[in-house]
Amino acid sequence: MSLLEVRGLTVAFRSEGRFLRVVEAVDLDLEEGRILGLVGESGCGKSVTARSLMRLLPEPPARIEGGSIRFAGNDILALDEAAMRRLRGDRLAMIFQEPMTSLNPTWTVGFQIEEALKLHTDLPAAARRERSLELLRRVGIGAPERRLRQYPFELSGGLRQRVMIAMALACGPDLLIADEPTTALDVTVQAQILELLARLREELGMAILLITHDLGVVAEFCDEVAVMYAGRIVEHGRVADLFARPRHPYTNGLLASTPRLRGRRGRLPTIPGSVPPPDRRPPGCPFAPRCQRVLERCRSAMPGLAGDDGHLAACWNPVR
Amino acid sequence: MSHLRDRILGDRVALFGLTVIAVTVLAALFAERLAPYPPDRQFFDGLTLEGAPLPPNGRFWLGTDLLGRDLLSRLIFGARTSLIIGIVANGAAVAIGALLGITAGYLRGWIGTAIMRFTDLMMAFPALLLAIALAAIFSPSLWIVALVIAMVNWVQIARVVYTETTSLAEREFIEAARAIGAGPFRILLQHVLPHLLPTLLVWATLGVATTVLLEATLSYLGVGVRPPTPSWGNIIFENQTYFATAPWLVFFPGVAILLLALSFNLVGDTLRDALDPTQRGREP
Repeated sequence: MSLLEVRGLTVAFRSEGRFLRVVEAVDLDLEEGRILGLVGESGCGKSVTARSLMRLLPEPPARIEGGSIRFAGNDILALDEAAMRRLRGDRLAMIFQEPMTSLNPTWTVGFQIEEALKLHTDLPAAARRERSLELLRRVGIGAPERRLRQYPFELSGGLRQRVMIAMALACGPDLLIADEPTTALDVTVQAQILELLARLREELGMAILLITHDLGVVAEFCDEVAVMYAGRIVEHGRVADLFARPRHPYTNGLLASTPRLRGRRGRLPTIPGSVPPPDRRPPGCPFAPRCQRVLERCRSAMPGLAGDDGHLAACWNPVR
Repeated sequence: MSHLRDRILGDRVALFGLTVIAVTVLAALFAERLAPYPPDRQFFDGLTLEGAPLPPNGRFWLGTDLLGRDLLSRLIFGARTSLIIGIVANGAAVAIGALLGITAGYLRGWIGTAIMRFTDLMMAFPALLLAIALAAIFSPSLWIVALVIAMVNWVQIARVVYTETTSLAEREFIEAARAIGAGPFRILLQHVLPHLLPTLLVWATLGVATTVLLEATLSYLGVGVRPPTPSWGNIIFENQTYFATAPWLVFFPGVAILLLALSFNLVGDTLRDALDPTQRGREP
């Protein structure tokens, strides 16, 4: 059985008196120790999906309208808040996009790393400190004794993200959700953070759900990938398969618009049109108005995910 | 904490404020020993033959009041009343305002709405009228007056704290704290409250001045601290009609209130700067 199994997750947000569906019928599977990339443009619902898994969305205005989330034998959507708090930070951890603002400026690094240990273990103070030092070393921070006493404003962005990772790893989670962990960082630091995450996955055997809009990051770093468009998963498969033979026209368009070092030069192909906002999504397939392979039925009915050998696409007229 | 001490002791302005506060506190604590005379003793020779109060002289350093009592002794004993009112009443107001503001700001929902509508109601209600009504129901003693002032003054504090808490609750580190499994109580105490500290400190110090003055107003209206117990406020109001003929009776207690209020503000400013986490570790 999968570590994480999401079925038909539908999330709506209240806006001007009505509920708009931002995430619709999302299915995800993640095995232990694997890295799944969740890619999509801004506003496609990938962050909302991630926060639903942690039940971090404020309700209201958010409302989970349907579906199920099973994580390591727990029915996440049925847990009460106290049980959910015991899971968060312990078996299920998350790191965020903005390391500059995700640390509390009033407390030292040491205090913040120890917080998860205080919440989830009954280690005495000396053991907590020992564990914090070990965590800082593990995420590649030199002179950990000194770092523990420093405040977030004294650290660079890359160091802060490492501290965030150390906090998330404090209790040895089974699943780490990383919401665009490198978007706010320099390119060189980005690569270091991704390498660190990959190494930690090897050492600790945890699964990672990596949310990103960067296909290059997915190609290099993930085992599997799920592509989101307008609140839905449109394609899901192993990274090698999906990049070699994209089946959904949206994925195909995305890959075609990626600049390459070799080959044809000239203007990059683009996908015409823009993503419909949640209150103006068409019936049927949300990509239909922009799709070059559109059929009549695409405009009236949404296709389900289908395919073989773990490579699935939600399309009536898939590529090849 | 040692750097906090250096910060205050190294700053001449803050040191001045701290000294004034310390002198006032000592005067209040040891009033019986420091005051030259009992505060409500009327001296036969404390008035001129025409019955006017005496200006400052060798026997009565700050002069005497309309009833021939020693003004210095009354000021020293009055420090006790004014400090208790200033610190207790204002402290209670800050505590109530902070508690309600922070609760409403973090929980939002119907609880938050209920608290804030109640705050709006209190804000629209004339403060003095409320104070008079409360003071009339409970017979005025020092502690009742302090309570009445707290009931009136918490309102603005609650509003400010509410606004700051709502914006803090949106910050990412609050979400990060929830993501490691922190509950609402822990988040409020460890992640929200430290950010409100500068605001609360400013209210806690600035508020002392307005509180002392509000007590004076209440005394004047007959619902404050009852004579003959002296407070700096009621000394001024007892004597204000004689300002032209006996200015020292208003001048000295006025200066006392001003100095105390100023000192609390100066110390408050320095504390706020010293506690600002982004300034921590950076020496001035």
